[in-house]
Amino acid sequence: MSTFLTERENQIFRTGKDVHTINCSRPSLAGSVSQRACVFCGSRVVLYPIADALHLIHGPIGCAAYTWDIRGALSSGPEIHRLSFSTDLREKDVVFGGEKKLYHSLSELIDRYKPKAAFVYSTCIVGVIGDDLEAVCKKVSKEKGMPVIPVQAPGFNGSKKDGYKIACESLATLIGTGDLEVPKYSINILGDFNLAGELWMLLEYYKRMGIHVNATITGDGRVDAIRSAHKASLNVVQCSGSMMYLAKIMKEKYGVPFMKVSYFGLEDMSDALYEVAKFFKSDELMAKAREIVREEFTRMMPILKEYKEKLEGKKAAIYVGGSFKAISLIKALRLIGVKTVLVGSQTGTADEYEIIRELCDDDTIIVDDSNPIELSTFVKEKQADIFIGGVKERPIAYKIGIGFCDHNHERKEALAGYEGMLNFAKEIYATAMSPVWQFTK
Amino acid sequence: MDSTKKINGAKSPSFGGVGEASFVSTRNACKLCAPLGASVVFKGIKGCIPMIHGSQGCATYIRRYMISHYKEPVDIASSNFSEESTIFGGNKNFIAGIDNIIKQYNPEVIGIASACLSETIGEDIPRLIREYRSVNSDKPLPVFVHASTPSYQGTHIDGFHEAVAAAVSSIAQVSETEKHINIFPGFVSPEDIRNLKEILADFGLDYVLFPDYSDSLDNPHWKDYQLIPEGGTPVADIRRTGSAKASIEFGYVLNQGGLHGRVKSNKTVFTAAEWLEKNCNVPRNSVGMPIGIKETDKFFDVLEKLAGISTPEKYKRQRGRLIDAYVDGHKYLFGKRAIVYGEEDLVIGLVSFLEEIGIETVLVASGGESGMLKDEIDRITQGKRKDMLVVSDMDFESINDIVDDLKPDLMIGNSKGYYITRRLGIPLVRVSFPIHDRFGAQRLRHLCYEGTQELFDRITNVLIEYKQEHSPVGYKYI
Ligand code: SF4
Ligand code: SF4
Repeated sequence: MSTFLTERENQIFRTGKDVHTINCSRPSLAGSVSQRACVFCGSRVVLYPIADALHLIHGPIGCAAYTWDIRGALSSGPEIHRLSFSTDLREKDVVFGGEKKLYHSLSELIDRYKPKAAFVYSTCIVGVIGDDLEAVCKKVSKEKGMPVIPVQAPGFNGSKKDGYKIACESLATLIGTGDLEVPKYSINILGDFNLAGELWMLLEYYKRMGIHVNATITGDGRVDAIRSAHKASLNVVQCSGSMMYLAKIMKEKYGVPFMKVSYFGLEDMSDALYEVAKFFKSDELMAKAREIVREEFTRMMPILKEYKEKLEGKKAAIYVGGSFKAISLIKALRLIGVKTVLVGSQTGTADEYEIIRELCDDDTIIVDDSNPIELSTFVKEKQADIFIGGVKERPIAYKIGIGFCDHNHERKEALAGYEGMLNFAKEIYATAMSPVWQFTK
Repeated sequence: MDSTKKINGAKSPSFGGVGEASFVSTRNACKLCAPLGASVVFKGIKGCIPMIHGSQGCATYIRRYMISHYKEPVDIASSNFSEESTIFGGNKNFIAGIDNIIKQYNPEVIGIASACLSETIGEDIPRLIREYRSVNSDKPLPVFVHASTPSYQGTHIDGFHEAVAAAVSSIAQVSETEKHINIFPGFVSPEDIRNLKEILADFGLDYVLFPDYSDSLDNPHWKDYQLIPEGGTPVADIRRTGSAKASIEFGYVLNQGGLHGRVKSNKTVFTAAEWLEKNCNVPRNSVGMPIGIKETDKFFDVLEKLAGISTPEKYKRQRGRLIDAYVDGHKYLFGKRAIVYGEEDLVIGLVSFLEEIGIETVLVASGGESGMLKDEIDRITQGKRKDMLVVSDMDFESINDIVDDLKPDLMIGNSKGYYITRRLGIPLVRVSFPIHDRFGAQRLRHLCYEGTQELFDRITNVLIEYKQEHSPVGYKYI
């Protein structure tokens, strides 16, 4: 372990051996190759799926270029969110200030793309060069008669998680400004970003139950629906890392209750439907939910059983963005006979790490904010067969010579919902069983 | 063609000297930021770990971009600025960062690129390095290379050349002239580098090629995970660049883009070969990106001169086969209209090649802004292409705005232009960086006779395929 940083010892945990609690929510150490992005990135990825809003990044070009269409967040209508707008600051702006450029950029883009609202993101240097983002946003908002929301998320100011929080605050300024009427059983879906159309599958389930989905925040998001989000009876929050904060704000401000769900894996997906039915205290909804679950289980189980037979005994390593998702993944993997030997996340929480600890067998490694050195070492040590992570982890897995399943925001396969569980199993199977590994041993 | 209509919606003030800027903002940038270029260069130094001095996001994004293109692990450390470092300076993070890199990787070299933030608050990185060295003078330390790469001065390509120049100017040693030559190919693919090395070897030349990321960014499969992937130009070789008998540098524009719009021009821009010429008396040979017969001939002329032998038979035959292919394929290509975009030197090379095969370039676009592009293209086309739009500081939405009027048959550039070709239903020939939506970007060849051959085949085939797919007949012979 000589190449590990000793300062990180408390962010690494072995179940059944270590007793310390995992020390998460710490900033990454200088000089480490963290898999985390920045505060700005956190805000950007959360807000970006709002498809009829303009997203303008105030800063030098890179921050905008690298986040152009960064996630496969689909829209059923407008697609302004898939464009990357930047004030592209140059040296003279850095020296003399970039407010003018920001003002002109905002005005011209609103004129051209006619969005329903605009989000303006500050990046690291904006505060330093003294631009008053808020003032410019106010001015343009007044002139154009639409919400222009400053998203003050300079990258250095914390971690990606702080960016989520800032995004939630920005959303909170929109919510409550609309007045669309909503029917009786009405929920908002928080924290699904419609990657690979996953949200649409969820909508289908809820629709079959007879539940109205009011605002989707932010997958396939629309400004007007979000403005009226406070009208819903319930917030159903998934990916709690990013959206819990908004749910709490809405509870406080508008009394909208919330519940935490996950759509990954059969159990969690079914629970999501049951819990919503329970909330509305409706037998009718519950009966419908049961029907859906029964139907899907009857369809899924024989197929999953086949996968399980073939995958039994395989070992998986998980390293994803948030620890909540990791929990679902551990369960989903278990369903297809795969044991988890390493779990980690970029920005996990202590509670969730605790759940993971209870969920996992002894001698599972749990790690917070890891890096390529640790991940590669642990994966080898635990002899995992499959790695589940994001683009940055893929080459690590492949170079070690094990399978990989992309479960990050860039995935192009829907992995949520029942259908998603099938895709997940299929992908795990494909990567674990490929004949190519015979050459890498 | 109605030139005023054509330029509607175009962003650039330098739009061929006509028209006016209609967008202040950049919409879908056709460029990346400077530390990315520097990071690629640092990956081309043996035993080197890059560190971006600034906040965390920049390094992570750059890693992600490179990983998606090269499909290799790309470790780039960050000094992880916090609010405190932004206010009081990043020296604490710098020191901790270097300490931690040494602890984890024990590298031979640490390549430090500044990011916008550290530059804006005026971090004096050379001083930080000096201080680090003196405090730790009792320990064996890695070699430090520092490239100043604020992205508000130039693009990724300027960052690339800046890092090449920084490494050479800080490591090279003047001494008695030896037999070897230096070659600085610029931002080309790992496969291009391998190809160049083979050519140099076949010419019997002893050479230093820098940066050489042909292995580090395109490694064979490993038995054991390598913290620092093998490959790269050794420091000893970079040192030798000072005693070379000559340098060859690809590109006409090089890092002139970094000079654009300078307010507080605190340093003059130079390339590695320029620096070596001035400080070590190593004569500089400047040729364009060797794409196509003419530009490759120029490169081979220089090689003949430096090696003192005529071009080996192998390459004469490659050249002959390429001409043979030009002839065989010419009818599929003549009069086809192309849009070419990317780094300035790349598009200059591509246009030169397209001029040889009868494809008419209707728009040359670059996110770079050296101010030299138009003149260079005029020189290449001998001023004959009056209709050709040449636009600097261009972005993809500006291309998208005018593309319908240009009626192109194909586009040639990186994968970020795909959405435009998709809308138009025309082929995109992917070259350069980034290529995130196709397999094998590391192995694409663009340079010299064989690289051109590959490119020529690809271009010809997409046009044939287009014709075949769009024909009601379903021809089996085309
Ligand atoms: S701040 Fe500068 S260096 Fe960092 S990503 Fe943005 S443009 Fe690139
Ligand atoms: S400059 Fe700041 S906001 Fe932009 S990518 Fe880097 S860390 Fe993130």
